[in-house]
Amino acid sequence: MNPAYSVIFFTTASGAGYGLLALLGLTAASLGQSASLAFVIVSMIIALGLITAGLLSSTLHLGHPERAWRALSQWKTSWLSREGVAAIITYPFALAFGVTWSGLYPAHHAIAPLGLITALLSFSTVFTTGKIYASLKTIRAWHQPLTVPVYLFFALASGASLFLALSAFFMRDSGSVATVTPLSLIALALLKYLYWRAIDRAPRDRTMGDATGLGPNVRQWEVPHTTKNFVQREMGFVVARRHAKRLRGLFYILLLVAVLLELLAITIPLVSILAFCIVFISAWVERWLFFAQGEHIVTLFYGNAQA
Amino acid sequence: MASEPAVARSPKTWDEIKTTTCYMCACRCGIKVYLKDGTVTYIDGNRDHPVNKGVICGKGAAGIKQHYSPGRLSKPLIRVGERGSGEFREIEWEEALQTATSWLSDVRKSDPKKLAFFTGRDQSQGLTGWWATQFGTPNYAAHGGFCSVNMAAAGLYTFGGSFWEFGEPDWKHTKYFLLFGVAEDHGSNPIKAGLGKLKKRGAKFVSINPIKTGYSAIADEWVGVRPGTDGLFVGAIIHELLNAGQIDGDYLNRYTNSPWLVIDNKGAADHGLFARDENGDTLVWDAHKKAPVSSTDHNAARALMGRFTLPDGRNVATSFQLIAERYLAPENAPDAVTERCGVPADTIRRIAAELAHVAFKETVTLDVPWTDFTGRRHEKMIGRPVAMHAMRGISAHANGFQTCRAIHLLQIMLGTIDTPGGFRYKAPYPRPIPPHIKPTGKPDQIWPGEPLPGPPLGFVTGPEDLLLSAEGKPQRIDKAYSWDAPIAAHGMMHMVITNAANRDPYGIDVLFMYMANMSWNSAMNIPDTLKHLTAKDETTGDYVIPKIIYSDAYASEMVHYADLILPDTTYLERWDCISLLDRPISEADGPADSIRQPVVEPERDVRAFQTVLLDLGARLKLPGMMTPEGNARYPGGYPDYIVNHERAPGVGPLAGFRGADGTQSGKGAPNPNQLQAYIDNGCHWFYELPDEQKYFKHVNKAYLEWATGFGLIGKPEPIIHQLYCEPLQKFRLAAEGHGAIQPPDGHRARIIEAFDPIPFWYPPFEGERIDEKSFPMHAVTQRPMAMYHAWGSQNSWLRQILGRNWLYIAKGRAHALGIVDGDWVTVTSHHGQIKGQAKLMNGVNPDTVWTWNAIGKRSGTWGLKKDAPEAKQGFLLNHLISDLLPEREGGYRFSNSDPVTGQAAWYDLRVRVEKASDQSNISSPQFPTLKNLGVGQ
Amino acid sequence: MTALPQTTAKKLGLVIDLDTCVGCQACATSCKEWNTQGYSAPLADEDTRGADPHGPWLNRIHGYEIEDTNGKDSRVVHFPRSCLHCETPACVTVCPTGASYKRAEDGIVLVNPDTCIGCKLCSWACPYGAREYDVQEGVMKKCTLCVDRIYNENFEPEDRQPACVKACPTGARHFGDLGDENSAVSQLVKERGGFDLLPEMGYKPTNKYLPPRAKRDTPQAGIEALPKGDGSAMDRLFKLADRLLSGN
Repeated sequence: MNPAYSVIFFTTASGAGYGLLALLGLTAASLGQSASLAFVIVSMIIALGLITAGLLSSTLHLGHPERAWRALSQWKTSWLSREGVAAIITYPFALAFGVTWSGLYPAHHAIAPLGLITALLSFSTVFTTGKIYASLKTIRAWHQPLTVPVYLFFALASGASLFLALSAFFMRDSGSVATVTPLSLIALALLKYLYWRAIDRAPRDRTMGDATGLGPNVRQWEVPHTTKNFVQREMGFVVARRHAKRLRGLFYILLLVAVLLELLAITIPLVSILAFCIVFISAWVERWLFFAQGEHIVTLFYGNAQA
Repeated sequence: MASEPAVARSPKTWDEIKTTTCYMCACRCGIKVYLKDGTVTYIDGNRDHPVNKGVICGKGAAGIKQHYSPGRLSKPLIRVGERGSGEFREIEWEEALQTATSWLSDVRKSDPKKLAFFTGRDQSQGLTGWWATQFGTPNYAAHGGFCSVNMAAAGLYTFGGSFWEFGEPDWKHTKYFLLFGVAEDHGSNPIKAGLGKLKKRGAKFVSINPIKTGYSAIADEWVGVRPGTDGLFVGAIIHELLNAGQIDGDYLNRYTNSPWLVIDNKGAADHGLFARDENGDTLVWDAHKKAPVSSTDHNAARALMGRFTLPDGRNVATSFQLIAERYLAPENAPDAVTERCGVPADTIRRIAAELAHVAFKETVTLDVPWTDFTGRRHEKMIGRPVAMHAMRGISAHANGFQTCRAIHLLQIMLGTIDTPGGFRYKAPYPRPIPPHIKPTGKPDQIWPGEPLPGPPLGFVTGPEDLLLSAEGKPQRIDKAYSWDAPIAAHGMMHMVITNAANRDPYGIDVLFMYMANMSWNSAMNIPDTLKHLTAKDETTGDYVIPKIIYSDAYASEMVHYADLILPDTTYLERWDCISLLDRPISEADGPADSIRQPVVEPERDVRAFQTVLLDLGARLKLPGMMTPEGNARYPGGYPDYIVNHERAPGVGPLAGFRGADGTQSGKGAPNPNQLQAYIDNGCHWFYELPDEQKYFKHVNKAYLEWATGFGLIGKPEPIIHQLYCEPLQKFRLAAEGHGAIQPPDGHRARIIEAFDPIPFWYPPFEGERIDEKSFPMHAVTQRPMAMYHAWGSQNSWLRQILGRNWLYIAKGRAHALGIVDGDWVTVTSHHGQIKGQAKLMNGVNPDTVWTWNAIGKRSGTWGLKKDAPEAKQGFLLNHLISDLLPEREGGYRFSNSDPVTGQAAWYDLRVRVEKASDQSNISSPQFPTLKNLGVGQ
Repeated sequence: MTALPQTTAKKLGLVIDLDTCVGCQACATSCKEWNTQGYSAPLADEDTRGADPHGPWLNRIHGYEIEDTNGKDSRVVHFPRSCLHCETPACVTVCPTGASYKRAEDGIVLVNPDTCIGCKLCSWACPYGAREYDVQEGVMKKCTLCVDRIYNENFEPEDRQPACVKACPTGARHFGDLGDENSAVSQLVKERGGFDLLPEMGYKPTNKYLPPRAKRDTPQAGIEALPKGDGSAMDRLFKLADRLLSGN
């Protein structure tokens, strides 16, 4: 699949945003009291800002962004529609949560439930995003059980490292998130390892012969058009195996560095800002690979021997 | 759940539908053009049309992009810079016509043959040939010389019909179909529809073709013959059938010259000619009387085989005796030819057995009584359901004439021609063998200011008909009807530029061409052709070809090398007639013709070439083009001519709706409402023959009488198939030293060899004259199914499908040469070298490489951007093909053509293929970018 | 809308005969020209005269080659590919707006160009490459089975069929109701062993492909081999000539 930067930015930015939002909600719920106004406002702006920028970016690749509202209608069947609905529903709860937690509107008893609901909705939105990809049977690398967990853990890990960075900036105790962050990064590395092992092991057992019904010995002789068409541009992207391997290595190294930095941040909190940056870069690498290694079954009609 | 959106069930996206005739290739289907606010929005096949019956092909359906092409010309142009510089000035039509008139008028006053008028893919040869005649130049032809003339001639000299679109397999009844080669732009939809019918009925379809794509891909059996060796394959089948006695002796005896007696008198002037009686009748041997009798004696006991002695003591043999002796010789046995033609001997034997089985054990019988020319009544029509068709794979070889004759011999031996299930004639065929028109252009037939006494093109029957100067040199600029190509019945357009530039046989003043890209994909040897077009006389500083007038609708490569450009209309903006006098669209069931009508008005300052030609004719005061008062005879232009011109009394370009009231067909007075009658009938006319006339037309009394009355033939006489071709023997005798008109010494051996009155096979010249070890491969092209030469490959839709070409090579051979898929390779011939990208496949004869024809374009032409893939990755084989063969003893260079008919031998090309040292993503050779002359978006 | 109809009254679709298709592109260009002015209008092309001409086509013709196991013989198959109008198409259910839908009336899968937001997800969900995005129009384009032709009363009844079917010169394309087992197309599928593309994907394509038939390049029963050359060929011919004289 063509790794379109608008979609990579959307999923990574909104993932981090939702992760942060969820952790803010959970933290507030566990503490049950309002935090400093500056921290809440800045972190809420960053969380919702990332989410909103991501969502806006995702509309950039639409042919008709002005019709984007229509995407909310088909939640019964479409994960993309559900994602839109979940994203939209999250906003009012997040705002209410922010307002109460910051103390702008004094309603202490509401902080915990609103924090919990916001966290739940945030993870739900990320879940729907993951499901959009995981439900596509046409792309073997996406249509498998670890796709959604990876999305969720990426949101958690990037949100958590962002939470740490913000806490450090505001010289605020990050509480249990300080422990959650390196653990989630390690878990993410493990999940991603399992994911890649799974897609590498999954047999590419659909062939051009299956697609065309012309048997095992078929090969492409003549392309239908001599310049590439939409299908080939959108779904025919191929990344060299060696290149992918190098990027995977880079991903592990980035995560390892991030974990070490997060550990270092226990003593030097500001290092966590650098750690977040590295986590965010790793998210880009991972997401680019996710698309680039998403081999679409339609390529079987266009010369790919197996998929 | 919301309800479904309402979708309009009967939207009308057009406000008008007009019928006309397609011109996206030479097939000429009926089309319906949908218009909305005067804009063409959709083109569909016309269900009522005899040619396509409603279907349309990939080209036809892309006609909109042809019509609205940014590559169209928009205004007359006159050259102001050097040729090839692209420096032109836009001029008004009046200036253009005056310029052309002054150039042409000077030629006509001094020496009319110094006008060379060649009209390319012209579908109005009835007009253009007549115009040349009236002008007085013999130097006229269309593109037939580089298309199919050897096959047209082979048919017309053998059975009075021809392959190509002049006949067709009986798709309804045939049970076994052999297709040799393909020319997808001729009979395009009828062949596809026919193959569909065969598939439906389960008839067997065998394709003899080095390449297994397109039609060959769906063949029940593919015979991947080596290019140029089809004649060996056919000869071996004939050998097998003769050996087994599996021939239709009755058909041969009654309807062919098989029993005619041939004089066996080696060394004498009558050797190999038919023995004749005092009335000039040919003779047959009456086995009962044991004496020769006239071949017109239908009651004679005709001996099909045998050698006899005439009362005057001369020895004779029947034609068929000679044919049998030739083909039963061991060199024609399957085992003897298998290696050379690349077809296993067992395959040849099996196909021969299958042909015999189908022809003689699976006969088709129609319950239709008919009467043959002798008056004998047949209660049924009994057909031998074997049909054959042959196209460019035969024609584009220097042995194509004889190979094509061999295929006809095979069909006729099986008794299939025009029988149910066989190969059927289409009107105006069958015609006398050969047609009774002689070429004009002998020295005493060309006079300043005078028309020719007859048409430039015709059919010679002996050396006395050749067009030779007093010194025996060619009279025509293309050397047609000279000893170089005695039966060049369609001229040799491919030789004009070379010969004119070499002033061989003489220089010309004006080269006037229409619709043929002769500086590019229609030329052999492009680099030298460009040199010829720009060559200057050292003494005068003028171009050696001083003036070039060119008419085309598009900014083709040729436009850049002309001096005066007359922009033509597109096919949707013009009147035309698809005439029985030209290349008709008849069906086997009856004659048909059609028109084009303008469905839209040009928004550019362009005029239909035919109207311009008539205007020029009137300005030049050509006979027939002006009234006695000195006014233009056809002031209404081409449509005026179509309606009112009469070639003979009552015979005009269109056969339908004639007579003052439009009720006559064939012959009849001009009908002023004829074009409207055509339009009302969907722009076509078709007459269905009665059932008793639909088959055996060459010997069918009722048909021959009808055809005479209709004006298709002169007399209701049978058309006896000429398996033994006596005119060829006459040329051969001349070469052997008999008669007053003899070839130059350097030509004798070539004539003696090629002019064999019995079909035979000889190696294509290029293979013979060069070192096969240095050039071990054959290289051929195929016309892409969705394209018609350079026109199609500039089309904005079609170029998405095929915007560049590859060199296809057999997988195994590629591996042996160290070539993998996608490698850039060099292809080298004795003449030049190109670079193209290789693609591997299995379905190709291992000794053959091929590519799609006419994709490669010169950068900057046809309204394409300069980095178009057609120019940067596309390539032509033309650069590798020499227009002249390597020197023979004595230094003379013959044209790279069939020695009998002058047919360009495109497919004789021999090459060597190697991985290129330069793997950059660009083809070679690359030529300097030309200036874009198209009208733009 | 993106919920699929439980059943459709008809299952209109195409049957494509791979044994008869010669790859002439008639169906491809006819489709392009009808649909660039029909329901899907326009099908906008990019860089039409330049280095990279491309645009949406709703029907494309692939060329495949089947190598036989011994590597000697092979077969070229021309393979038209367009929307298969599946019974349970994922391209419809993934659509977030309902622009993509399957008609209850005839089973045609359509995109409503007025509500499509151009998210392209449907093209990702389709295994057959049937959907092509129109950059200039910003909406997804696909085969409509010429929904604006097949019921169109401005056409003669025999012309009420998809443009590709009407065009096909060899008759390799057939249109009809594959839900009716007595229809001509269903019978054809039955006789010729018509097959689905990627049936294991579970989308239940309506369109069917008829496989290439076996070649007939080996000796057939009932056809006698001709006698071998034994030097008596001339005798045979003379006897044949004599038989002609005796009148039969």
